[in-house]
Amino acid sequence: MSLLEISGLAAFYGDFQALFGVDLRVEVGETVAIIGANGAGKSTLLRTVTGLLPARPDAIRFEGQPIGSEAPNRIIARGIAMTPEGRRLFPSLTVEENLLMGAQCGRRGRWDLERVIALFPMLGARRATGATALSGGQQQMVAIGRALMANPVLLLCDEISLGLAPVVIRDLYAALAGIRAEGTTIVVVEQDVNRALSLADRVYCLQEGRVTLEGRPADLTRERIRLAYFGA
Amino acid sequence: MASFRIERLTRASRIGVALIAAAIAVLASLPLWAGSGTIRLAVEIFYYLALAECWNLLAGYAGLVSIGQQAFVGFGGYVLAFLTILLGVPPLVALAVAGPAAAIVAVPTALLLFRLRGAYFAIGTWVAAEVFRLIALQIFSLGGGTGISLPVSVVLAISDSRAVRDLIFYYIGLAVGLGGILMVFFWLRSRQGLALTAIRDSETAAASVGIDKERSKLAVYVIAAALTGFVGALAYLEKVRISPDAAFSVVDWSADVIFIVVIGGIGSIEGPILGTVIFFVLRGLLADYGVAYLILLGLVAVVVMLLAPRGLWGIAEKFDIHLFPVQRRLRFTEAGSATPGLDPKIHGVPGRARQ
Amino acid sequence: MIEWLNIVLQGALLGGLYALFAAGLSLMFGVMRIVNIAHGDLIVLAAYIALVVVRWSGFGALESLPVVAVLMFALGYALQRGLLNFTLGADVLPPLLVTFGLSVIIENGLQEIFSADPQRLQAGRLDIASLSLGGGLAVGWLEVIVFATAVVVIAALEALLYRTAIGRAFRATSDDADTARLYGVDTRHVFALATAISLAVVSVAGVLLAIRTTFEPSIGPARLIYAFEAVIIGGLGSLWGTLVGGVILGVAQSIGIVLNPAWDLLAGHVVFLLVLVLRPRGLFPKTAD
Repeated sequence: MSLLEISGLAAFYGDFQALFGVDLRVEVGETVAIIGANGAGKSTLLRTVTGLLPARPDAIRFEGQPIGSEAPNRIIARGIAMTPEGRRLFPSLTVEENLLMGAQCGRRGRWDLERVIALFPMLGARRATGATALSGGQQQMVAIGRALMANPVLLLCDEISLGLAPVVIRDLYAALAGIRAEGTTIVVVEQDVNRALSLADRVYCLQEGRVTLEGRPADLTRERIRLAYFGA
Repeated sequence: MASFRIERLTRASRIGVALIAAAIAVLASLPLWAGSGTIRLAVEIFYYLALAECWNLLAGYAGLVSIGQQAFVGFGGYVLAFLTILLGVPPLVALAVAGPAAAIVAVPTALLLFRLRGAYFAIGTWVAAEVFRLIALQIFSLGGGTGISLPVSVVLAISDSRAVRDLIFYYIGLAVGLGGILMVFFWLRSRQGLALTAIRDSETAAASVGIDKERSKLAVYVIAAALTGFVGALAYLEKVRISPDAAFSVVDWSADVIFIVVIGGIGSIEGPILGTVIFFVLRGLLADYGVAYLILLGLVAVVVMLLAPRGLWGIAEKFDIHLFPVQRRLRFTEAGSATPGLDPKIHGVPGRARQ
Repeated sequence: MIEWLNIVLQGALLGGLYALFAAGLSLMFGVMRIVNIAHGDLIVLAAYIALVVVRWSGFGALESLPVVAVLMFALGYALQRGLLNFTLGADVLPPLLVTFGLSVIIENGLQEIFSADPQRLQAGRLDIASLSLGGGLAVGWLEVIVFATAVVVIAALEALLYRTAIGRAFRATSDDADTARLYGVDTRHVFALATAISLAVVSVAGVLLAIRTTFEPSIGPARLIYAFEAVIIGGLGSLWGTLVGGVILGVAQSIGIVLNPAWDLLAGHVVFLLVLVLRPRGLFPKTAD
């Protein structure tokens, strides 16, 4: 049984259909990357998994349970946490308060405030700063830390490299590698194909709401990826 | 490339135009066959209709929710009283001045109030009305707190005969009611109207194509104030007696109007008409129950707002029924156009409210 | 000179009552962007509930306060969860119009049940007892209690918002309800709690109002206007600013009344309009709205 099993998932924004029968699975301990161009449906996929968009109950199974139609606060209680696209930190809250919001769902585990700050030492000095006064890279650290505070079984990262300098991205992915080493299952959504391939065990490519490619990075050629990414 | 033209009339609205023409004919002839009481009631219906169309234009199209229109009702009434009693101006002339006077006062009021947003703007309009009321209380030459009556000479100056006076009020009232509807109708069909609905649907998008939303909002606010002021002057010319508490009453001049538009339908021209009819029917039925009718009205408005935010007419709109042709539709004139994938039934719906 | 000082002092203490009116309004707007048009009528409703509690139970006016507060808390929770939650969304119209409808219903409902006769809550000798501050300055004990209550309530609300987990949830939800939901916040419950707390504060304001002056069903709208003016003068989003706003309003009214007995309300409105012209965001604005 896979940790996360998505079968025949369709998603709509009003009348507009964004996902057409997506099939996808994530095994325990894996790191899976989802790549694709802008508008391919990657973020939509994550939003349906986390309950922000409605779906058929059994289109999404987590630990065998159908969760497609559950509310977001139920889903995080099950152990699925996401760093949303654009980070979505709470502007009125300090760094520390943002991190504490991650623990709001009440899940206990390895991750607490001190461990998160140990992972991202730069945040230590800025605990009491307003979250949006930080640089982009630091904000991304807070966003990841916030998700970790929920002690997730499955961590979803939506476009964490967007708008950041390569040096910063390298540090973030190093942190992700550390999180993965602890046994957390991770799904990364990325436009930066190289980064995604460097970290992932398996890769899916989405194009216009459909899966166009699946496989291990070592097995996939540049050409196949290019075709799957951009279409014919 | 497919060619298209912009159409304004649907079949329903063609029928609507015919219905409207018939209704106008009936109304124009009313004084010939109706009694004095009915005539007075009709005048009241007309000016509530005008007030409702104004409030609808403000809230449904310009996004300005006002619970202070009574400021201009009272202002119009007091301008009338001031001109006729203190300056001896002929009443019908005073009536004509009231509207523009209200428009002038509306400009600085708007400039102040537009600094507030959303619901705070709404309360601000109420505060403005209160300020007007408190000022009126201080004008002792017009009776201060107890108010004042128009002297008989003023009433007679309209006409010696009661029947003729009734006729004059009736046709002015009819003109006001129709005028309100027509004003909104032509405004919405115009480029400013298109701009207005664009602003209502998305302020940022509208700004990005160069529409100046502040000027549009100011224009709407001032026009609504002018018509509202005129209604106030007309109402108090008919009632003959004015006092601050009555002229600036939020219940009589705002609550009733808001309920009319909410129940009938915000954001359409037909909604306020439907709402006015419903209101007067309800008021007639519940006349013996005093304050209870306000409670019921409030309850109905709350329920309608929750279940049918575009009011009862909004339900008709779901079936694409429009009486007033303000929509613009894109109709392709060539079947089997050269561009694949273009759906020939595309509607341009600039007059449509956001769902 | 002493008379002027006394007047200003009276006005300042009156400001405490206005700040109490305003605190609940401010909280609901802060968390949910709802401006409750029925706010003033709810203050009056609280006064009438206190009246009923006092008559039935024989409690004193101040003793009835906890009972009224609990009742209003429950009412606020039910109101938000059962009604106002369904009006929330991108459009400002529904909450505004629904609360306006509620305002009319409450005001006329109270009139049907209690008639328009003015009422008053008796508080023993509290309403006439006065405290001498020396040098000819004197203030009423009741006024001092009201002001002190305002300070305590605002301090408590600030502590709630900035030092507790639930306060954090309020602020996060106010910033971004979707993301708050993503992190486990049950926003329907949070909104209902915010309104419940707001109405509990309203009940304190209502009971103190009822002890201080006579009340009747129609005085609701004026309380809403004072609350609103205090919030705008003080600055959106700042509770302590609301206290300052209330004080300024109270002082303006007190000075106004001395200049001309009919000018008290007008003076307050004039000051409000001045602030709107000179500092449209208020004196101590906090939110980015």
